[in-house]
Order: sequence, then structure tokens, then C-alpha cells
Amino acid sequence: MSLEVAIKKQLGRFTLNVSFSAGNEVLALLGSSGCGKSMTLRCIAGVERPDEGRIVADGRVLFDSARRINLPPQQRRVGLLFQNYALFPNMTVEQNIAAGLGRGGKGSPLVAEYLRRFRLEGLEQHLPRQLSGGQQQRVALARMLITQPALLMLDEPFSALDAHLRWELEQEVLSITRDFGGTTLLVSHNRDEVYRIADSIAVYSHGSIDRVGEKWALFRDPRTAVTARLTGCKNIAAARWTDHHLEVPEWGLSLSAPTPSRPADCVGLRAHYLQGVKQPGENVFRYEVVSSIEDTFSVILMIRPADAPQAQPIRWELSKTDFAALPPGRLVRIPPEALMPLAGEATALPH
Amino acid sequence: MDDVLSILQNLDWSPLWISLKTGAVATVLCFFLGLWAARGVLRLGPRARAVTDGILTLPMVLPPTVAGFFLLLIFSLRRPLGGWLYESFDLKVVQSWAGCVIAASVIAFPLMYRNARAAFEQVDVNLIYAGRTLGMSERAIFWRVVVPSAGPGIASGTILTFARALGEYGATAMLAGNIAGKTGTISQKIAMVIQNGDYVTAGIWVVIVLVIAFVIVAVVNLLSARADKNPKRW
Repeated sequence: MSLEVAIKKQLGRFTLNVSFSAGNEVLALLGSSGCGKSMTLRCIAGVERPDEGRIVADGRVLFDSARRINLPPQQRRVGLLFQNYALFPNMTVEQNIAAGLGRGGKGSPLVAEYLRRFRLEGLEQHLPRQLSGGQQQRVALARMLITQPALLMLDEPFSALDAHLRWELEQEVLSITRDFGGTTLLVSHNRDEVYRIADSIAVYSHGSIDRVGEKWALFRDPRTAVTARLTGCKNIAAARWTDHHLEVPEWGLSLSAPTPSRPADCVGLRAHYLQGVKQPGENVFRYEVVSSIEDTFSVILMIRPADAPQAQPIRWELSKTDFAALPPGRLVRIPPEALMPLAGEATALPH
Repeated sequence: MDDVLSILQNLDWSPLWISLKTGAVATVLCFFLGLWAARGVLRLGPRARAVTDGILTLPMVLPPTVAGFFLLLIFSLRRPLGGWLYESFDLKVVQSWAGCVIAASVIAFPLMYRNARAAFEQVDVNLIYAGRTLGMSERAIFWRVVVPSAGPGIASGTILTFARALGEYGATAMLAGNIAGKTGTISQKIAMVIQNGDYVTAGIWVVIVLVIAFVIVAVVNLLSARADKNPKRW
């Protein structure tokens, strides 16, 4: 199974212009809301029409503006799980699941099988509004999978759920995508969710794709400020490299760091990678705490060099155990390998 | 009082049956045409939609006599369509019960169309999209997803259409005329007996119309109350 997408669509002042391909894997479309992720899924499903471009799934051309091909969604064999699940409110659980099977659907052994597989036995005659969020999602998954789609697309599948349900359903979705074995597209704005479920990630920014890649590579080396921010990098500042040396005026720091192999405009530093140390040394500086925030299992310190009172604070996150064990003397080290050279503007993007 | 009883005993009930029959047939016509038109209009672009919507709503805002004038122009036996219908199908619209139905349908149609359209607009478009990605045919999506979801709005539209068709006067008088036992509806009966100064008979018919109208409004309210899962009280 393979999927190739290259589409353009103009929506008022917003332009969606993306191209990517995916194999038998879970590809996450990661980005903040309104950046075109869901629209991409809708174009692939055929419920929205791109202005131009080409969508090919497994050698089947679903859309090709140059050849005037635009298969109706009914013929695309693409499963789309909607953000609010879009269950038919007037139909029972059983009728919802059988909806895609046509006339012979109701009461067929296949429906019974899917009811069992998704643990919906006993709820056959319930209406969607009588179900919990988790049950609704299982109905939507069963309804989608029973039609044997060649491609799965999940649009923010956990956003409508309570926090304690998310974990359980995430495991369920994970096992479904494993069993499915084909291409799955997952739209999300949650980097942790994406990291746990996806194999590859396409980072969206303002209607185009900033970077696509295998997830470990992308988290380790985001390369651009946009991708760094969306993969959860909290500290990004304009920087200037000279031979093995890095100036970050915003942070009031001058650090040693390997010279980047690519041109870079700013530097990224993940909040977990700072280290409290006892002795002065390379990239070690004395800090003052601007503010400290206690989180559930961690402590977030906003710090800056003691000798740079004008500097922008750096965010440092550490477990409560590590926080309690911080050596006295307020010395912190930034490991040179934790400094990620990034291309693009350091300022936060407007959402 | 004796007056009323003796009139009731000798009352010609045909206007009631003609009105009910006209209303029922016109409602069935308007129901399907209204749903079809509403569905079609929602697929149009904004400009075509504004124009089409305007034309389809026109009979509601025009004086019924103006609609009657146009209907006469179209269906007169001396006109192409009216003449053709008469010669090919022996169908006479002017001065006939078919005229009652057509006049009532044209006047009541916008009520069905507008209610259906408003109800369709409230349907979550994702439900339609979901149906499409599941491979459901457009026809199945319409009848099994859209119409049930728009149910309460369509139901009240249907009832209001029936009410309007039942009481139609102006266009009916012009197109179908007032032939007792044939095209003589309740509205026309009331107008006629009042012209003759027979206020008692008029009053009896007025009471009948009031009862029907009240039942209709009550049913509409009950339907919309049932649709509202969480009614608010002031």
C-alpha cells in the first residue's frame, strides 16, 4: 500500500499546498489548529475538492486535476474517522455499523462480528447519544473498518475524550493500525500522542508541510524552528555561530557548540536537557530563578544567567526527585549536543 | 339556537371534504417537491442560490391573486400548456378541482420548501460526508440520514403546508372558481354566505376552521417540543 498526495487548495486567504507520500505506516500530520491538516484528509477522502493536484492510492488515481479524474468518495475506499465521530444520530449502534454495507447489511454476520470485536454487544439498540465518548468512538471505528477501506484516516481521534479515556483508546487505535497494516494518516496537534502512535511525521505550518520524516529523526533533529516548536521544544532563540562557538544574545549566553553543517538562524534547547551541576566548567553558568511552577510530577523553572538580568528566561523542566537533589550553588550546564541549530524565525508563530 | 341546529342538520358538508382533499393532495405534492427543491438549492453556489431561492419563495410574498393571475395565464385553455393538457389528457385545470389543488400547491409550496431548507441547513454536514466515505449512495444518505435528522423541521413544514393549502382562497377563486360540490372550498363558502348575509352559516364554518387550525398549531408545538431534548422555561 502506498499513498501519494500533492494538492493545492485556496480557501479565502488561506492556501493549502502540500505534497507527501506514505507507505505501510502510520503517518501523523502534526500542526496547530487551522493549518490545513483536516482539509488534507477531506481532500483525500473526496468530500472536499482540491483546486489542483493528484492523489494516488496503491496505483489507483483518486484525483488528478490534469486528467480531470475525481472519484466520488463512495468509490475511493478510504476510511475517515471524524473528529466528533459523525455517528448517525437517528440510527442505532447496529444500524450505524451496518450503514456502509448497503441493503444486505442489517443483521448480517459481519455486523455481529464487528459488534463483538469492538465490545459493543448489548448496546446494539442504543442510540449514539446514549453512549459514552469511548463507546461512540468504538462504534465509529467499527462502522469505518467494516467497509474494508484501503486507507485509514483519523482526524484528531482523541480530542473529544476525557483525559482518562484517552490512554485506553489510544492503545485500541494503536492495535487497530497494527492489525490494519496499510497506510494510516493521523491528524493531531499533540506531540506526545503522535510520538507514541506514529512512525513518521509531517509537520504542518500555515497550509504547507515544513518537514516530513521518520519520527525519531524529526524529534532528535528538527532542523527548523517550526518543527522544533511543534515537537515540543520550549526554548528557541536567535543565535550566531562562529567556529565552535555560539552566541545567544537573547539568553545572555555565549556557549561552545559544534559548528552546524547547515545554515542556521536560531538555536533550540529542549527543557529537559539542562543539567544541574556542582562544578564550574564548559557551558556551565550560574543561574537565578525568575519563576518556578510546580507541575503534577515535575517542576518547571524559568531561569536566566545571574549576570544577565535583561535576558529572556530559559525553561527548565525536571522531575521532583531531581529538583530536590539539585546541588547548591545554582550552577547549570547546557550540553553542547543538546543545542539544536534551526532554520527560520525564532519568534512564536501567530495561531 | 334552533337556527343553528336546523342549519347544521341541513348543512352541505362538501366544502369540508373538498378542502381536506385539496389540502391532502397539495401537501403530498409540496412535500416531495419541497424536499427536492431544498436539496437542490443547497447544492448551488451562493449567487444561483439567491436567485433560485427568490423565485421559489415568491408565491409566499406575492398577493395570492397575483399568483392566480399567472396560473390563469399558464393554464387557460387558450394558452399552449392549458390547451395541450386538455387536448392530450382531457385535463382541465381552470374551473376544476385540479385547479384547486394546483392553486393550493403553488401558494403552500414555499412553506414546505423553506422549512425543509432550514431543517437541512441544520444537519451536520459531517454526517453527509461520513455517509459518502462509508460508500452510501446519495439517495440513501438523503433518505436515511438527512431527512430523519431534519425530521422535526420537515414535519412542522408539512403541517404548515397542509394548513396553508387548506385555507387557500385568492388563487383558488381565480383559477378554480367556486363551483358548489366541485371547487367550493370552506374559505370560498364563508365568503359566499357572508355576501348573502347568512352570518350563522358563516359562523359555523368559522368554528370548524378554528378547530382545525388550533389542532394543527398544537400538533406543530408538540412535535417541536419532542425534538427539543432539553426544553427551557422562562
